[in-house]
Amino acid sequence: MPGYSDPGFDTLALHAGATPDPSTGARATPIHLSTSFVFQSSEHAASLFNMERSGHVYSRISNPTTAVLEERIAALEGGTGAIATASGQAALHLAITTLAGAGQHVVASSALYGGSHNLLDYTLRRFGIATTFVQPGDLAGWRAAIRPETRLLFGETLGNPGLDVLDIPSVSAIAHDAGLPLLVDSTFTPPWLLRPFDHGADLIFHSATKFLSGHGTVVGGLLVDSGNFDWDASGHFPELSAPYDGFHGMVFSEESTVGAFLLRARREGLRDFGACMSPHTAWLILQGIETLPLRMARHVDNTRKVVAMLAAHPMVARVGYPELESHPSHALARQLLPKGCGAVFSFDLKGSRSQGVAFIEALKIFSHLANVGDCRSLVIHPASTTHFRMDDAALARAGIGPGTIRLSIGLEDADDLIDDLKRALKVAEKAA
Amino acid sequence: MMLSVQGRNGPQSAYAYTGGKPFDPALPCVVFVHGALHDHSVWTLLARWCAHHGYGVLAVDLPGHGRSAGPVLATVQDLGAWLLALLDASGVQQPGQATLVGHSMGSLIGLEAAAQAPARIGRLVMVGTAYPMKVSEALLNTAATAPLKAIDMVNAFSISTLAAKPGYPGPGMWLHGSNRALMRRILNGPNATGCTVNLFHHDFSVCDRYDGGLDAAAKVSAQVTLVLGSQDQMTPPRATRDIATALKARVVQLAAGHSIPAEAPDGLLDALRTALR
Repeated sequence: MPGYSDPGFDTLALHAGATPDPSTGARATPIHLSTSFVFQSSEHAASLFNMERSGHVYSRISNPTTAVLEERIAALEGGTGAIATASGQAALHLAITTLAGAGQHVVASSALYGGSHNLLDYTLRRFGIATTFVQPGDLAGWRAAIRPETRLLFGETLGNPGLDVLDIPSVSAIAHDAGLPLLVDSTFTPPWLLRPFDHGADLIFHSATKFLSGHGTVVGGLLVDSGNFDWDASGHFPELSAPYDGFHGMVFSEESTVGAFLLRARREGLRDFGACMSPHTAWLILQGIETLPLRMARHVDNTRKVVAMLAAHPMVARVGYPELESHPSHALARQLLPKGCGAVFSFDLKGSRSQGVAFIEALKIFSHLANVGDCRSLVIHPASTTHFRMDDAALARAGIGPGTIRLSIGLEDADDLIDDLKRALKVAEKAA
Repeated sequence: MMLSVQGRNGPQSAYAYTGGKPFDPALPCVVFVHGALHDHSVWTLLARWCAHHGYGVLAVDLPGHGRSAGPVLATVQDLGAWLLALLDASGVQQPGQATLVGHSMGSLIGLEAAAQAPARIGRLVMVGTAYPMKVSEALLNTAATAPLKAIDMVNAFSISTLAAKPGYPGPGMWLHGSNRALMRRILNGPNATGCTVNLFHHDFSVCDRYDGGLDAAAKVSAQVTLVLGSQDQMTPPRATRDIATALKARVVQLAAGHSIPAEAPDGLLDALRTALR
């Protein structure tokens, strides 16, 4: 809300966290490719290590360029601060391990990116953190899955692979009733589309690799705190509300009433696991965020045109985009995502696996690869790539058909994208 | 640490952050007093520095704020008396032993305490201060009727930059978001009892009504430092001339807005170190 409030979104996307460099006058954010930062004196060094002063010591913990990115995403999400990580997976790992340890438990949506599912269902289980998966729309299931040892609820704002819209207001209410926070993966819904904190989420992470950087050049993650969750009142989080031997007996919730989570995550998880972001990566993501409002508007506009074409095409059995009335999350999408449901969706080709392959191979503008959120349009055929080991029955259980195609719509001319798809659909039809 | 502070209506539970070390009442004591809709956490960098450099530290939550019990107290004078009672409860009794450091509303509370017990207070540091500290009727009304909107207004007036470096309490923190979240948390805190309307309106009314500043200044014997933000739109430096003269204060200006502890923590630490010498 401009005026006597914070600046608007587009202004924050350009300016939040950045100021002309005081030593050189450089207007663009400099890339501080330095591992470490000189102490003014021994006393200054000691005060930095003991959190008597704020500042940079070593780039695994913080870095001036990376800090600009952290402030910027916090501003855009309406949060208190953020931590940049080596990848989205690292951000998810950092969030969970800051709040949960061996013997504790997570309740997660079953509609997750495969990498997140792997982390929760296999890797963290090996370290003693168990996860119960529930259908994202099954509110009773979320509630029933909570145990005394549960430490957080987790879901994707737009779930994989069907774009189930997470009912953030209801799921966060369930979490808060149990004294627990809700963490969301908002990778498919950058803050121009959705600000999950406004609807009750407590923590957000992004794979900044996708729309935030926007150009398919870097891998990075961002973890943002709303500052709204009361860790003391919850009673479940001695990691934040009791002395921590690993940092001079610090009680993080006393040090910062609204920044305790980020303090602990930085002073423990980033320090010890070390999955930090390179300043060069941070700079490239900042370049992307500066044009995020412009790009997202175009991503959504192009997506709507492509969805409309596909929904009317005789070779297409189904289009899974929540703006369509046929989508099970249509009502929630209207409530939470009025500016659009992003630019990643899937559709089902009428036909066999081989027709799906023919379709993919006939495309000229869409790039066949395993990523989303690029400025260039992308495509993947799960049955012949990511899920090629599965038979058709197993694919069906995963919500994927032999002709399911996932698209990530880029910033090209929409007419060119539509022509490319129509031509490839014709090729697929003839491949029957 | 939790303290039991003797008030007019009996003992009242109060919280004071001690800078990451146990409080030692035998040491010179620095007491930090926050402003409207804030709590002790606006002081943690300075408090930690003092606690690790030979001072006993009490960064208080005022009555009804954060971890300190309500009800709130109605006037700056009452809050000044409460601060002295908190010193009693902490065992800080020696003449001149205490330095009071207050921000905004907290600076007026420090002034009152220093006037009510001049012998006890050796130094007074008033940060982001003004006298009188009048609040516009529009802002008072908004605080009463739409406190979340008023928080956004205060945020816009209080913070002078979109890039407060090096970040408070550490890098990667977004000051606008942190301040908004803190004010909302304190507004809705379970201890915020006894307010006519709400805690925001209460705190602003306390500042607006206080008219004893010059009388108090005449009684103060402490060495006084004013630390002002050159970009402050809430308590602009020009609004301190009379009180600075009355207090014979040393005046330090920093390149900051009203949120000096978060916008300029290093400059404020330097000013505090000079004041403590």
